[in-house]
Amino acid sequence: MTETLAANRLQGSGAFALELDGVARHFGALVALSGIDMRIAAGERRAVLGSNGAGKTTLFNAVTGDFLPTAGRIRFFGEDITDLPPHERIRRGLRRTYQISQLFKGLSVLDSIFLACRGVSRRRFSLLRPKATDVNMVQAESILNAVHLEAYRDLLVATLSHGQQRQLEIALALAGAPRFILFDEPAAGLSPTERRDLVAILNALPKHIGYIIIEHDLDVALRVSEYVSMMHNGRLFKEGTPQEIEADPEVQEIYLGGKHG
Amino acid sequence: MSLTVAVGAAPRQNWLEKLGAGHIILAVALVLYPLVASDFFLTQIGGYSLIFGMLALSLMMLAGYGGMVSLAQITVAGIAAYAIAILGENNSNVLGLGWPWWIAAPFAILAAAVASALIGWISVRTEGIYTIMITLAIATATFYFAQQNYAIFNGHSGYAGIRAPVFWGVNWRDPKAFYYLCLGSAVLSYAGILYGARSTFGMTVQAIRDNPRRMRALGYHVTAHKVFAWFLAGIIAGVAGVLLVWFNGRVSPGTIGVDAAIDVLIIAVIGGLRHPIGPFLGALVVVLMQTFAIDLVGAERFNALIGLVFLVIVFISPDGILGLWGRIRPQLAQESLRSGP
Repeated sequence: MTETLAANRLQGSGAFALELDGVARHFGALVALSGIDMRIAAGERRAVLGSNGAGKTTLFNAVTGDFLPTAGRIRFFGEDITDLPPHERIRRGLRRTYQISQLFKGLSVLDSIFLACRGVSRRRFSLLRPKATDVNMVQAESILNAVHLEAYRDLLVATLSHGQQRQLEIALALAGAPRFILFDEPAAGLSPTERRDLVAILNALPKHIGYIIIEHDLDVALRVSEYVSMMHNGRLFKEGTPQEIEADPEVQEIYLGGKHG
Repeated sequence: MSLTVAVGAAPRQNWLEKLGAGHIILAVALVLYPLVASDFFLTQIGGYSLIFGMLALSLMMLAGYGGMVSLAQITVAGIAAYAIAILGENNSNVLGLGWPWWIAAPFAILAAAVASALIGWISVRTEGIYTIMITLAIATATFYFAQQNYAIFNGHSGYAGIRAPVFWGVNWRDPKAFYYLCLGSAVLSYAGILYGARSTFGMTVQAIRDNPRRMRALGYHVTAHKVFAWFLAGIIAGVAGVLLVWFNGRVSPGTIGVDAAIDVLIIAVIGGLRHPIGPFLGALVVVLMQTFAIDLVGAERFNALIGLVFLVIVFISPDGILGLWGRIRPQLAQESLRSGP
């Protein structure tokens, strides 16, 4: 598996989920991203590491369209999506989670996931109550199980613990038919038990769903990814397998040392 | 004042259980009320409370479910009332196109809903206090326009001589008939909101209130949903406006003044924004006070008494009368929050 992925990357052809060519983003004089070239095969699971301010979340925002890149092109399954608005990218199967949970505190857990499923269907607008047999309701129930929240089905989101809210954050990204997901620090603030749960949830995702995960916890990042990209000061500076990255002295210096100043 | 309406999923029940004992007792009491009430209590208290309850309900729907506090609901009702005067008959010798009520009334309600959607479309760019300010500006501007425009609004004096319809052999201005007309309209609005809160659209509006950015990211058109919520609130306010003008027989700029706009907000806040029954409770309290405070403290101080009661309720319970009820019966409130309406 890893060999084919590596071969695809070298050839620059094949079924890429995501291709970034020279993507840059400037905020005034601040260069948040510069010359990012990245190829991620369909179904590949990639970790993006880097210290705070390395440009990881800006990279996500450029891919999802929350901020448009200043330069460069982005292709999603071969289609140029650089100028598409965010909701068009969602309809093509791109999803993201947020570093700070973006949830609906006044809704129940199940209803939140239901709305996420409805959002990408054609029946977004309906004045009727959804039946329990509604296709989106059935999808929501199965996602509920996939993120281990079935016991909290009818609770208000506001009453969930932080860890459960992070699981729901992932559930919202699984709604519809995702082909590729961007996870922004899903393990932030989780207890060791919750982290193990998270690793289990990510590893149990259907194989065709690829993702990029931003994660500070190397232990989590290296266990849920096949390949790792390191970022520093808005640039990609090293790529490799989790083993290579873990052993790299330069990575240890910049990432682990840089994290705390 | 909390603007969060909590709605959870209800377990499967038959329709009688779904309705709940509280609703059944309330319905019986409201239907039997004319047996014990005088004409004055039927219309001045019953009818008015239901009409102002509907007005406050249209505000509660926007504020509670949508997080959009509007001070222009009385303006929307006023547009329906003026439309009845203009399209139907009046004795002010201005306009009065003489349309039959069954064309004029739906048309007036539609006009109100479209006006409400327009106000919504203007104000959805804003949030929180800015929505209140922009709707207050619209309400004030409409008041002054109505006062100074003679071609359409007949200026300061407005329209008089508007008659409620007579059909099925009933004069709907008669106290009993009018009370039941108000009750029917209020029940339909109330039931519609209770049902709608758990519809896909209702959940969408609540989710947009909680996190518009995420809803956009999930593929929803946030502005369109908000504007449609204003349209629906406009229908309820429009029906209230039609009932108001049928009962009063007249409409003037005073009907849609800033005082009236603030009254609607006070009713909604006194009642509570957590559940659609709140606006009707608030309307009953305010109508009772407006009617009887004069007897208690005299004509010069009755507004002070109303203000004082408002302060006391808001001070001891930011969620209004509904919140008070929740304090008296904490377990019950917890239950209703969990299982939803």
